[in-house]
Amino acid sequence: METAEIIKMPQRHIAAIAVEKAYRKGDHKIPVLHGVNIDVDRGEFVSIVGQSGSGKSTLLHLLGLLDAPSVGEIHLDGQRIDDLSAKSRDELRNRVFGFIFQFYHLLPELSVMENVLAPLMIRYTLLGYVRRKRELQNHARDLLERVGLSHRLTHRPSELSGGEMQRAAIARALIGKPEVLLADEPTGNLDASTGGEIMDLLRTLNEQENLTIVMVTHDNAIAEQAGRTVRLREGRLEKLADAA
Amino acid sequence: MYKYLLCTRYLRTRYIALTCIISVTLGVATMIVVNSVMSGFSSQMKERIRGILADVVLETGSADGEKDPERIMARIQAVAGDHIEAMSPTVEVYAMLSFRSFGDYITKPVTIIGIEPESKAKMGTLTEHLFNYMPQRDDEGNSIGPPRFAAAVPASFELLPEDQAYRTDQKEGEMRFRAHSRMMNELESTPENTDAINPGDLFSDTEVIADAEGNLPFEEEEPADLTSPLRGRVYVGSELVTYKYIDQVTGNLKTMPMVRKGDDVQLSTVGAGRPPKALHFDATVVDYFKCGMSEYDNSLIFCNLDFLQEQRGMIDEAGTRSVTSVQIKLKDSADSALVVDLLRQEFEPGRFAVHTWEQKQGPLLAAVEVESAILNVLLFLIIAVAGFGILAIFFMIVVEKTRDIGILKSLGASSSGVMSIFLAYGFGLGIVGAGAGVGLGLIIVWQINWIEEQISWITGKEVFDERIYYFPEIPTNIEPWMVFWVAVGAISIAVLSSILPARRASRLHPVASLRYE
Ligand SMILES: Nc1ncnc2c1ncn2[C@@H]1O[C@H](COP(=O)(O)OP(=O)(O)OP(=O)(O)O)[C@@H](O)[C@H]1O
Ligand SMILES: [Mg+2]
Repeated sequence: METAEIIKMPQRHIAAIAVEKAYRKGDHKIPVLHGVNIDVDRGEFVSIVGQSGSGKSTLLHLLGLLDAPSVGEIHLDGQRIDDLSAKSRDELRNRVFGFIFQFYHLLPELSVMENVLAPLMIRYTLLGYVRRKRELQNHARDLLERVGLSHRLTHRPSELSGGEMQRAAIARALIGKPEVLLADEPTGNLDASTGGEIMDLLRTLNEQENLTIVMVTHDNAIAEQAGRTVRLREGRLEKLADAA
Repeated sequence: MYKYLLCTRYLRTRYIALTCIISVTLGVATMIVVNSVMSGFSSQMKERIRGILADVVLETGSADGEKDPERIMARIQAVAGDHIEAMSPTVEVYAMLSFRSFGDYITKPVTIIGIEPESKAKMGTLTEHLFNYMPQRDDEGNSIGPPRFAAAVPASFELLPEDQAYRTDQKEGEMRFRAHSRMMNELESTPENTDAINPGDLFSDTEVIADAEGNLPFEEEEPADLTSPLRGRVYVGSELVTYKYIDQVTGNLKTMPMVRKGDDVQLSTVGAGRPPKALHFDATVVDYFKCGMSEYDNSLIFCNLDFLQEQRGMIDEAGTRSVTSVQIKLKDSADSALVVDLLRQEFEPGRFAVHTWEQKQGPLLAAVEVESAILNVLLFLIIAVAGFGILAIFFMIVVEKTRDIGILKSLGASSSGVMSIFLAYGFGLGIVGAGAGVGLGLIIVWQINWIEEQISWITGKEVFDERIYYFPEIPTNIEPWMVFWVAVGAISIAVLSSILPARRASRLHPVASLRYE
């Protein structure tokens, strides 16, 4: 899924088309999303706001192929991707999407450095990894420096503060040079100034590297820093503002 | 790549997995120790049987035997001479052994084997099993002196001077007693003498015997000199003529001889004529025989061949002797099947039978094999139990690691990748467990006699009692293939039992497992 050509005209990058998602709880069907449509252009920074429980995380999971929609399609560069084989979807998750989870989700057995390198360890075979180990480790160190964690390389996640874990999770999402960054409340557990730093980092990535970002938040001040904000209410999207 | 990292991390941080490793280790170590000891026992036992029976035995069809052992041996030499190291003609016959012990006659069924000590000694291990060649022991089995004979001294049917002294002592007492009782009988049977018995006469007893000795009329059936050993000489199986008891005072097991070296025993068997006639003869015990196989120690009596042939009428008018079997020792015992084939072609099947020692002891060896197979199945169950431990603990780890599995999958790990983490983890457990088990097992086997000593010392009781097991040390024999297969078996059980948890882990849904908090 390499799209090297850069076109000036806005180009649709990732899209959800009439997506519905319902959870099954015994005999009950709990509908969460009722026909959501969202288009995100390449290099766009979209934020999704909504009440707690409105299905923001669910929508993000569907976009990132962590879950399959009950009805509807997910498109990447105009191609349907939610019905691909398990192997191709694993590949996409590893190479195209970078995911920042609401609850960090670091691996407790691994150090910060190893956690950040995890997507690359998954990508390469043992031999391939060992061969470019130095290069990859330097890359990870650079990234950790950018998120301000260079002094915590060998710590375990349990030895980090919430904000530090969030930053480690961001570094992990970026290490594989993804095309799309899916961030679930990346500043939810941070104080205003740290949150601001993270937002600066995301904006820089968006502007300088043309990274497509979809970010979930319920903080309107944060949401406003994105290029465009949409609101999820009762399982449907409402357009809010087209800033910048 | 992540698989290896996570495996090693999990192996290091999940201490509960250590319990799996330990149970695999113990199972493997137990199997190796038990197999090595059993194999040691059975190879020692085979060694002994082979020592008694020789590699190949040529037997005659009838108990009368075949004439002219020299000619038979020449025929054997002609067909299979290249493979043969030594041969020994023997006569084997069933018999009854009777002896007097504490006033009672004891009778036991035995097999008499008539041997030439010189040629029999070349067959193998006869002298190793004779008491005169073993360290001297007291009645509790403690060593009290060096062997009377060095192993190099050829076996013979001569009575040792010490034993001769005992015999002389015994027989002189016996003769005195007989003469005395004869005197008493005479005195009683002559009525005119009855009133002559008074205290004064008792002092004259010895003089009466001395007077009587020379001219007693009914001495003919007894040899004049009872003190010299009889012409029949035997090595008697030690268990035939001893009994074991626990000393009430010390609690130790004691061995009590009922017949001493130098005593006479009576043997009853059949002659070689037609129809067979019962015959009895006396023989002097010159030594005990003990090979540790109670089957033999409880039934074999080795007798001097020429005497046995003479008694059984196996010498014809021309002086040609007969034998019932020829024992053959091979240069290389592995050739026994080949030699058996050669001999079977040469000798008429109706009159001669040819066997290897293994064929003669088939049922016993088969029983040992079955025993060891059953034991192996049981012991392998120990490892199987360890396998179930791995299964349970892995399910626990999968549950505990559900979130991590979700993370890995959301980062792009494939289902098969996740599965292989757990399989590799099981394989790692198996390798570590089996490796430690092999090491532990080999160390135990190597030091088993030291361990036995320590346990004996701690408990104050001998664990491996030589008088029960007949081995001075616990025999062991490590078979490399056995060790290899035990290790492979343990590793594959570990891998097999991690398959189910691994499949379960691979099927976890990324988001569902991420929500698991
Ligand atoms: N596995 C599940 N089974 C049943 N219901 C579920 C499941 N996962 C999510 N839901 C429900 O779907 C709804 C949407 O959940 P989601 O996590 O997307 O909310 P959210 O908008 O991200 O909320 P928050 O802002 O608190 O993170 C919730 O009501 C939740 O109860
Ligand atoms: Mg959420």
